[in-house]
Amino acid sequence: MLNFTLRRLMFTIPTLLLISFIIFLILDLAPSDPTGNLPLTIPPEVRALIRASLGLDEPMWYRYLLWCKQFFINEPLNLFNEWFGWCIGDCDGRLRMTSYLTRSPVVDLIAERMPQTLWVVGMSYVVGILIALPIGVISAYKQYSWFDQAGTFIAMIGFSVPTFFTGVLLIVVFSVWMPNDSVFWLPSVYDTTHEVTDWGSFVFQMRQMAMPVMVLALYNAAQISRFMRASMLDNLSQDYVRTARAKGLKEKTVLLVHVLRNSMIPVVTVIALGIPQIFGGAIITEQIFKVNGLGQLLIIGIENSDIPLVQTLTFLFAVLIVLFNLVADVLYGLLDPRIRYD
Amino acid sequence: MTDATLEDDRKYRSLWGDVWRQFRSHRGAMIGSFVFIGILLAVAIGPYLWGLDPNYADVRNRNQGMSWAHPFGTDQLGHDMLAQVLQGGRISIAVGLTAMALSLFLGTFIGVLAGYFKRLDGVLMRGTDLFLALPILPLLLVIIMLFRDTLRGMFGPETGIFILIVFIIGITSWMQTARIVRGDVLALKEREFILAANSIGTPSKRVISRHIMPNILSPIMVSATLGIATAIITESSLSFLGLGFPSDFPTWGRLLFDGTQRISQAPSRVIWPGLAISLTVLSVNFIGDGLRDALDPRIRGR
Repeated sequence: MLNFTLRRLMFTIPTLLLISFIIFLILDLAPSDPTGNLPLTIPPEVRALIRASLGLDEPMWYRYLLWCKQFFINEPLNLFNEWFGWCIGDCDGRLRMTSYLTRSPVVDLIAERMPQTLWVVGMSYVVGILIALPIGVISAYKQYSWFDQAGTFIAMIGFSVPTFFTGVLLIVVFSVWMPNDSVFWLPSVYDTTHEVTDWGSFVFQMRQMAMPVMVLALYNAAQISRFMRASMLDNLSQDYVRTARAKGLKEKTVLLVHVLRNSMIPVVTVIALGIPQIFGGAIITEQIFKVNGLGQLLIIGIENSDIPLVQTLTFLFAVLIVLFNLVADVLYGLLDPRIRYD
Repeated sequence: MTDATLEDDRKYRSLWGDVWRQFRSHRGAMIGSFVFIGILLAVAIGPYLWGLDPNYADVRNRNQGMSWAHPFGTDQLGHDMLAQVLQGGRISIAVGLTAMALSLFLGTFIGVLAGYFKRLDGVLMRGTDLFLALPILPLLLVIIMLFRDTLRGMFGPETGIFILIVFIIGITSWMQTARIVRGDVLALKEREFILAANSIGTPSKRVISRHIMPNILSPIMVSATLGIATAIITESSLSFLGLGFPSDFPTWGRLLFDGTQRISQAPSRVIWPGLAISLTVLSVNFIGDGLRDALDPRIRGR
């Protein structure tokens, strides 16, 4: 197993390096100029000095290596320093990657935004999984029943209707049409400064999370329930199920212990593979409900041509994808011994 | 004479006839086809029938609700929403179809090369894996931000952004098609008719075009329907984030984006374009579902 994990890990590093290079290249080849937004009154020679201070005159490969050093060595060390107080090397003089827009370190900006995204996105994924698994199991067990037909139709709607439309629709129903004093009225703007101190504020927090979580949960549940159903159907027709029934096990045991456990193997990996995608999908949901998470930070960065911020965030999304691919592979290997020996 | 009657009794069944029969028995797919054809017709000839100019600002009649003169209402500048939705649909569907064609071409090309030529397989599939690991939406946003102005300068504001959006959606959505096509080609290559074609000295180019391509048509057709759906959703998402087409060149996503800013005064403005996107994608997905069943010989026999 260790061998298998190590082999996958070896594969991950070149992939990440290549992706980082691609992202760097796209930003580098772009015709836009980071000093373009500065006032026109700045004389050309000062502008040249600013460009030099930003390191724009160095050759491309040199800047790429510098960026790698910054991203893979300096920033993690800075994080250690901040979180645990460990000081490795030159703590105070070490470079920080700073945002063009706010002049504060990019990593701090991201750390500041992370909890909101994790709360909303994480909660929606959990809710989505909790809805999807029973639906998938029942629709497979009662294939072609009315429940299965309805589930299929709703799942089709779930991944056909884009999240920005479901979100907007929910806002229209729950914030615009619903009277303000109704129990079902929900705020359409997410208030990040809100702190949970007592029961009342906890209820408010739940209410403001309800809509973004519903939107993303519907989308995730649609996909996962289909996988669950297909995987259950694959297993239900297998010989070991007939054996289990033949030796007189209760139907509940057959279904929930024998079939469900085996059907979960591919579903678990699909769930792991889906995690980075929902971070991407959350970009839109965060924009609709004005949650100031990572997605919104990316949009702000893009609108202001904040190259370091955009670069770091995009690469972070890529790291998440590669990481969860690895997690999915390792999980599959752990759960299904046949996979390890390829 | 008797021979002829015998011939008539035996009903002639072709492959595509069978596919069509199976497709027709899939209720969702049939409804989907009618809806999709309806939407296509509406956006193709609708703007001629509905004579109002989508960009004519009738300032006296702005922010109106539904009426006979303006069935979908008007926006804050007095543009007729029905005309805008019809016009926007043209662009959204045009983007969907062209981006799908591009991604299908790339996917099939790479898939066939990787499946047929063993030497290229490793390199091309590693490349595909790499593309699959890219964060697509953030990258699309970054590319649009960086290259928008240059392309606008080169091809004009509308064509420039159209080319950019079609191109980037096309080159970031071919991977699934390539994988499926490669798998099918690998399986086909071992079949006897390919061996026969090779043994009489048919050049690779002709083996691919005469023997391989017709046999991988069904997965390609299914990918095509799914490709339209994803391309339309991606384009609308980009427009929804304000990074797609400009306001005076409306697409469904852009109309939705403009509508959300006045959502509390005029909720209907977000409903119509959103409904149009959802109906199109839903119908295309149902068509894809039906096609998959119809083209799968294991299901078709039933």
